[in-house]
Parts: sequence; structure tokens; C-alpha cells
Amino acid sequence: MLNQVMFFLFGAMIVIFSLLTVTSRKILRAAVFLLFVLISTAGLYFALNYNFLAAVQLTVYAGGIVVLIIFSILLTSHVSERAVMAPLKQSLLSALATVAGATLTLMTILRFTFVPSSAADPHFNITDVGNALVSYNRDGYALPFEVVSVLLLAAMIGAIVVAKKEKMLKK
Amino acid sequence: MIQNIPLSYYLIISTLMFFIGIYGFLTRRNLITMLMSVELILNSVNINFVAFNRYLYPQQLQGHFFMLIVVAVAAAEAAVAIAIIINIYRNFKSIDVENVDEMKY
Repeated sequence: MLNQVMFFLFGAMIVIFSLLTVTSRKILRAAVFLLFVLISTAGLYFALNYNFLAAVQLTVYAGGIVVLIIFSILLTSHVSERAVMAPLKQSLLSALATVAGATLTLMTILRFTFVPSSAADPHFNITDVGNALVSYNRDGYALPFEVVSVLLLAAMIGAIVVAKKEKMLKK
Repeated sequence: MIQNIPLSYYLIISTLMFFIGIYGFLTRRNLITMLMSVELILNSVNINFVAFNRYLYPQQLQGHFFMLIVVAVAAAEAAVAIAIIINIYRNFKSIDVENVDEMKY
């Protein structure tokens, strides 16, 4: 009972705050609504009993990316500035396309009956996840881990080079 | 923990979030809000991976690692995108896509 209540609470928060994120005229407010969406998603992961993923969601998404976005909003626009939206015709057309796509996807999803696995909940802890992450055996994920670390390094260097001032580049 | 909540409910929530993100990407004119819509889309995909992992294959960890890697890619993407946005702001004094109509550096 309680988990159902929590699930519907988080689900409603996700949908409402996502709508507010894409429709709010004030950019800073939209960023805060995005933060609420990400925190509710972490709540869903907690409801699924995946504590590690919820912690990652909270620290990396809600803690890291949203702060980055808020910093760049403060660097590039005034707080009182109002976002320009697309013309009405274009908004209506995109709303139509979006609703059509959502209806199609929802109809497809609801036609299937997913049978949940009857196996007992194995209760992974962080040690299992960490061991699988660096193991190169059958159920190991060492290669994706290395690829993603190289990607992060490249993105970090790339971001520094791109955001540098021209004067510093010439020196 | 997951009794009484069918898997479809998670899929419905993530579908709604995905298409709201697409709507925002199509209608927004500010680069940062478009980036926020992309974050919504990536996040909805994460919900799908995690829910499928929990309901259909609870002994395995594939969904975990897909989710972790998508989060890492999202962080890298946000960092590079914001560097580019700040550079565009420096050159054009605006980050609306309508005003940025030349690729000269």
C-alpha cells in the first residue's frame, strides 16, 4: 500500500515537473523544475530497491549536471529574462506530433503483458556492482568502463579547449 | 517491494517523460533549455533500463551498467555542450538558436 502511494506520488511529480520544465518561461525556474524531476526519478529507484543507482542519480544528475546548467544560465542570461518560445503554429504542430508519438508508444506498451520474473530478489550491494565493473570475466564490464573513462577524459579536455578564451589560445 | 505495481506503469511514466522532452526540444529556442530537454529524454531511458532489470532479470546487472554508462555520457555531453554554449554567447551575445546563423569562428 505504502509503496503504491509513493510510486504514484513520484510518478505524478515526474510528469508535472517535466511539463513545467519545458513550458516555464523563466529559464532558472525551468532548471529547478528539472532538479525536481531528477530527484523524483531517484525516488523511483529507491522504490525499486536499487539504492546504489538512486545515489548515483542524486549525486551525478541532481548534484552535478543541474549545478552545471544553473551556472551556465547565470553566465549567459539575466535572471529576469523571459525565454522566447516557438511561434504558435510550430508549437501546435510539435504538440500534435508529440501526442501522436506518445499515443502510439503507449498503445504498443499496453498491448503486452510483461510477466515479472519469479526469482527471489538477490539484493545486490555496492561490492557486487564494483566487482562486476572491473572484472573481465563473463559477466564483467571492464571494457565499457574503460571506454567510458576515456570518453569522460576526452570530453573534459575538449570542454576546456572549447571554452578557453581566444587570447589564451594564441599565446 | 514491487508488488502491486506492474512494469507497465514505469514504462508509461518514462514514455510521458520522453515525449515531453521531445516537445521541449522542438519548441524551445534557448540552447540551455534545449539541453535540459535532452537531459529529460536521457533520464526517461534510464528509468526503462532500471525497471526492466528489476522486473524481468533481477539476477543480472545489465540494467545497472547501462544506466551508469548513460549517466556518464550525459555528464560528458552536458560539459561539452555548456562549453560550446558559453563560446557561442561570447561570439554572438545571445544563445537563442534564431540568432546564431553563421558558423564562422
